[in-house]
Amino acid sequence: MENLLEVNNLHVSFDTYGGEVKAVRGVDFSVKKGETLAIVGESGSGKSVTTKALMGLIPQPPGRIKEGEILFEGKDLAKMKDKELANIRGKDIAMIFQDPMTSLNPTMKVGNQIMEGLIKHQKKSKSEAKERALELLKLVGIPNPEERIKQYPHQFSGGMRQRVVIAIALACNPKLLLADEPTTALDVTIQAQILEVMKDIQKEMDSGIVFITHDLGVVANVADRVAVMYAGKIVEIGKVDDIFYNPKHPYTWGLLGSMPSLESTEDELYAIPGSPPDLLNPPKGDAFAPRSDHAMKIDFEQEPPMFKVTEDHYAATWLLHEHAPHTEPPKSVQARMKGMASGSSEGDRK
Amino acid sequence: MSTEKLLEIKNLKQHFKSGRKGVIKAVDGLNFDIYKGETFGLVGESGCGKSTTGRTIIRLYDATEGEVHFNGEDVHNVKNKEELKRFNREMQMIFQDPYASLNPRMKVEDIIAEGIDVHGLASNDQERKEIVVNLLETVGLNEDHANRYPHEFSGGQRQRLGIARALAVDPSFIIADEPISALDVSIQAQVVNLLKKLQDEKGLTYLFIAHDLSMVKYISDRIGVMYFGKMVELTDADELYKNPIHPYTKSLLSAIPLPDPNYERTRRRFNYDPADHDQSEEPEFREVRPGHWVLCTTKEMEQYQKDYPVT
Repeated sequence: MENLLEVNNLHVSFDTYGGEVKAVRGVDFSVKKGETLAIVGESGSGKSVTTKALMGLIPQPPGRIKEGEILFEGKDLAKMKDKELANIRGKDIAMIFQDPMTSLNPTMKVGNQIMEGLIKHQKKSKSEAKERALELLKLVGIPNPEERIKQYPHQFSGGMRQRVVIAIALACNPKLLLADEPTTALDVTIQAQILEVMKDIQKEMDSGIVFITHDLGVVANVADRVAVMYAGKIVEIGKVDDIFYNPKHPYTWGLLGSMPSLESTEDELYAIPGSPPDLLNPPKGDAFAPRSDHAMKIDFEQEPPMFKVTEDHYAATWLLHEHAPHTEPPKSVQARMKGMASGSSEGDRK
Repeated sequence: MSTEKLLEIKNLKQHFKSGRKGVIKAVDGLNFDIYKGETFGLVGESGCGKSTTGRTIIRLYDATEGEVHFNGEDVHNVKNKEELKRFNREMQMIFQDPYASLNPRMKVEDIIAEGIDVHGLASNDQERKEIVVNLLETVGLNEDHANRYPHEFSGGQRQRLGIARALAVDPSFIIADEPISALDVSIQAQVVNLLKKLQDEKGLTYLFIAHDLSMVKYISDRIGVMYFGKMVELTDADELYKNPIHPYTKSLLSAIPLPDPNYERTRRRFNYDPADHDQSEEPEFREVRPGHWVLCTTKEMEQYQKDYPVT
């Protein structure tokens, strides 16, 4: 199938008084129709900046897209003028933001906020737009929409507000949905509902989703493919099963190991020592090397290329080089990989 | 873990006035004990009253009703200043937001030493500095950090400062209110490991408040589940995850996504509807299985005991 979105060698930098902060340092990925790509990583790994760049939402200055192309249905968004971009934004590509408390306009009725995009992009009349807004509210599971459409955001709870944000994003049947931590601010039960709504809608509209999160549980739930970001780069990318059951990069091991499973009884969690690097002066070689137990001499000198594991699984670590010593993931991660691959954790809990 | 009670909470209530007539029952009749040396996990969704419970126990709020006994003494009726000070030394708190809970205008040394100064634990500046450096090293920082300001630290480091501050007065009981929620995954594990290590070394008792259930399960010995100001289920951490009895606990557990794609593909979610309960009488907190307490009516209790027989 053809790629809906293709990002090639994307570099985003911010010019600050201290110098150039290289937030995204050469990122490649693609998203197909009906597919969900999850981008995981810690704060400061560049995952949000990447999605913002896709939408042309990087404030310029201080930010700028230094290099690379963002091909959406073959057209390069990075080179588009603001006006052209405005016609795509909210129509073909929509975004769901992290914080439902601040991404809605508090002085505007919820209905009008949903109708805004419809009137602008689809040239609908007010009454048509209102009808569609009601439909959308029903779709995302807001009870009695006729009443709700006339209310202001403060009259909604957090979960309901996020549904409104999703309704706005879906208003014009976007082909691509960018969701930046859409459930992080919500309780688990509400999170589960929102994820279900998003999946149902994806099935119905066959849209591609880029889902940003740091919660690996959510990733396992929604993703078809996963990209792991660290220090402005994708360090591992593959199908969801590849990443969880056959991870190759030490950073991915660290992420998986630092989350306790519900069955785990180990005395100590596997914690990644130290903290992420300063992107003002990104380290030479493998950016993760200073925090890695498996770092080799070459990691501090030369940046690892993307090694191919399988047709759609790649990882940037020298450990995959043919001359590298054979290295096993830490025990806690291995146990999880084994336990999970055999599916033993199913059925344990009712 | 001993069976000696460090903290007994009896019929604790915290009601807030809302508007002229309204009352919000944030905490509505809690009864539970915390044993010496254990970690008691308190979970529930936002607004269920778990943070209010922690804050009321440490007397950041005055309780509307109920008693908190610490080592056998009723600490909420202490009026005497000296005794109150003694109690404050025993009980400390680690807050959720490491950005908001440290005074940005104070140096790290003074932040950590505030408790030391209040309680007069250091006889001179030399000693004060020594204690602070010691504490910094305990939480994995070093002497150089003492002269810096909070903004110079990352989130994980700030949370370590919060922990050092709590430890400064040598408490026996620490309330940790969502101490890791604001941190990155890799940093969360560091802080949790630190809390566990300190518990082993100093014999601390924790009340660990959180909504991240997998982390709570990992760190806690026993867990209480709260729903709308009430405790609906209380038992050992393992038992709670293996045999959740109250339908709310079930719905909560079934909603957690786990980092396991195979499991996620088959996970079924329960919905909790309070209307499904037996309405014939007021539910009470009953021991359905040994050490496993559930808020239920007599009829429900019979049903639960049939469904979860003791083997």
